[in-house]
Amino acid sequence: MADPLIIAGRTFESRLLVGTGKFASPQVMAQVLELTRAEIVTVALRRVDLDAPGDALIDAIDKQRFLLLPNTSGARDAAEAVRLARIARAGGLEPWVKLEITPDPQSLLPDPVDTLLATEQLVKDGFVVLPYMPADPILAKRLEEAGAAAVMPLGSPIGTGLGLRTRDQVELIIDQAGVPVVVDAGIGLPSHAAEAMEIGADAVLINTALAIADDPMTMARSFRFGVLAGRGAYLAGPGSTSRRARASSPLTGFLR
Amino acid sequence: MMPTPADGDWVAGTPPEALLSNEDAGRVRRVLAKRRKTVDDFALLLSPGGEQILEELAQTARQITLGRFGRAVQLYAPLYLSNHCVGLCPYCGFSAKQSIGRRTLDVGEIEVEAMALKETGMSHVLLVAGESPGRLDIPLLADIVRRLKTMFCSVTLEIAPQDQPGYAQLVQAGADGITLYQETYDEQRYHRFHHRGPKADYAFRLGALDRAGAVGMRCLTVGALWGLSPWRSEAYHLGRHARKLQHSWWKSQVSIGLPRLHSVPSGFDIPFPMADRSLAQVIAALRIFLPDAGLVLSTRESPVLREGLVHLGITQLSAGSKTEPGGYTRAGQSGEQFPVTDDRSPAEVASSLCALGYDPVWKDWDPAFGRRQS
Repeated sequence: MADPLIIAGRTFESRLLVGTGKFASPQVMAQVLELTRAEIVTVALRRVDLDAPGDALIDAIDKQRFLLLPNTSGARDAAEAVRLARIARAGGLEPWVKLEITPDPQSLLPDPVDTLLATEQLVKDGFVVLPYMPADPILAKRLEEAGAAAVMPLGSPIGTGLGLRTRDQVELIIDQAGVPVVVDAGIGLPSHAAEAMEIGADAVLINTALAIADDPMTMARSFRFGVLAGRGAYLAGPGSTSRRARASSPLTGFLR
Repeated sequence: MMPTPADGDWVAGTPPEALLSNEDAGRVRRVLAKRRKTVDDFALLLSPGGEQILEELAQTARQITLGRFGRAVQLYAPLYLSNHCVGLCPYCGFSAKQSIGRRTLDVGEIEVEAMALKETGMSHVLLVAGESPGRLDIPLLADIVRRLKTMFCSVTLEIAPQDQPGYAQLVQAGADGITLYQETYDEQRYHRFHHRGPKADYAFRLGALDRAGAVGMRCLTVGALWGLSPWRSEAYHLGRHARKLQHSWWKSQVSIGLPRLHSVPSGFDIPFPMADRSLAQVIAALRIFLPDAGLVLSTRESPVLREGLVHLGITQLSAGSKTEPGGYTRAGQSGEQFPVTDDRSPAEVASSLCALGYDPVWKDWDPAFGRRQS
């Protein structure tokens, strides 16, 4: 593996993480997963019943091939998120959690304070914690200090598909990060994913853009290539860009 | 410290008739192009000019719904606890004036009903009871909620308006939401239909969801009963009410129920019958004005209409509903609130959603939410 993504000591070839909400069916979701070549797939605990055998969503995911990353979508505060994560672990899932604390069900924006509190608690409990967070560079460092295995700043609000509206802050987060940076939420197009990867994000997480495309399969392939293209460009080390023309034959070359 | 809302804190006010009667489709198109919609824009979406471009409204509403809710529709079912009612609402099958078989289930009977409902696959349950002081008081309802929370991922209630301590007890017991329809926002007309008994207090009803929101109730569902008043001004008030609740109780999920009068007790004529087309316009306008609100459609409506309206913005459907107490285990032994038009089983509703390209979601909540102690 030439360019692996490493989170909490675990190695992944793919830098595209996929969410499982909003799909037309678990079958469509499973096919999309396949085509993205993702290896990490996140599932909302509120949508699954770990006590009942044969949960359609869980069963649609091949646990041998994908890391099933439970998320705490719907949790309003740290206490609820911690409780959900513990229930998931008790239900037999791996002790990994994508922490989502969204007190406002309208905007679904993450609560910075409770996200930090819950990260501290869950790390203490032995979880590998990947917090969804506002694109705030200081919060990213605080989460890292608290033991987060990665940070997941938002590109724009969930489901909006507006792209990397937080680009400047995400760049600061990437510059300072000691853990992988996964851009989560708001990525609506493969070009947005490529942009995030070009500026040095370690990975992106895509859900709505895949689930609601007219043709989710083609969109899945396109995102796969978007992420690869962006990562490739980042590794290639692009020349600096400028808004002004740069002549290849300088006008002042004759001067001695 | 949470603010304590006064009863009737939210005042319906006078609807902007000039906007609601706008005939210019061009003005509505300009609203569609705007990023942020004001309440005046909402009135224009509801206008006859909006009706002229209903397909454009519907397409816009669909795109918003897909982005926010995806291709998922949540299923729920009501569980009627009692049809005893002191109310005299002339449009309702439970009105005290109706001679029907009356019944209030005891806790054991409720658990048996709940088991039967659970076996159909339901995980979201809405407990419904008529208004009958002394029969199902708050401590008893709290006990019922506590028991049913062990069986369902979400337990919500549609009961008479309560005071704030009452709602606090229900939250403490694990209740996830309150559904309360104002019936009509037109105060004069409201008093015409509800002139006696506890329901005559318009303001106490109007302030109820604020009292529930103030004590942390997670889901607040508002609604008007279509048919009692002209639909455009009703929808306008309803949209404003929902938006006010979103602003005041920003941690609560605000949804809008859309019950429409079809079949009513004899002797009552529906004053303003609402056409399917108008219901569709209301749904599209609400979705465009309030992109994040849940929109709920019950089995009062036909399968064909429900399936069509899912594309426009409906996010929750009831299924397999029985509207009489005991209906899931001993149907036909007591009077129902209204006859259901969509009598398909939950499994049939789910498979029709699949065929339409939607994922029927049985569980979209978790018992871990809202519990006060770990």
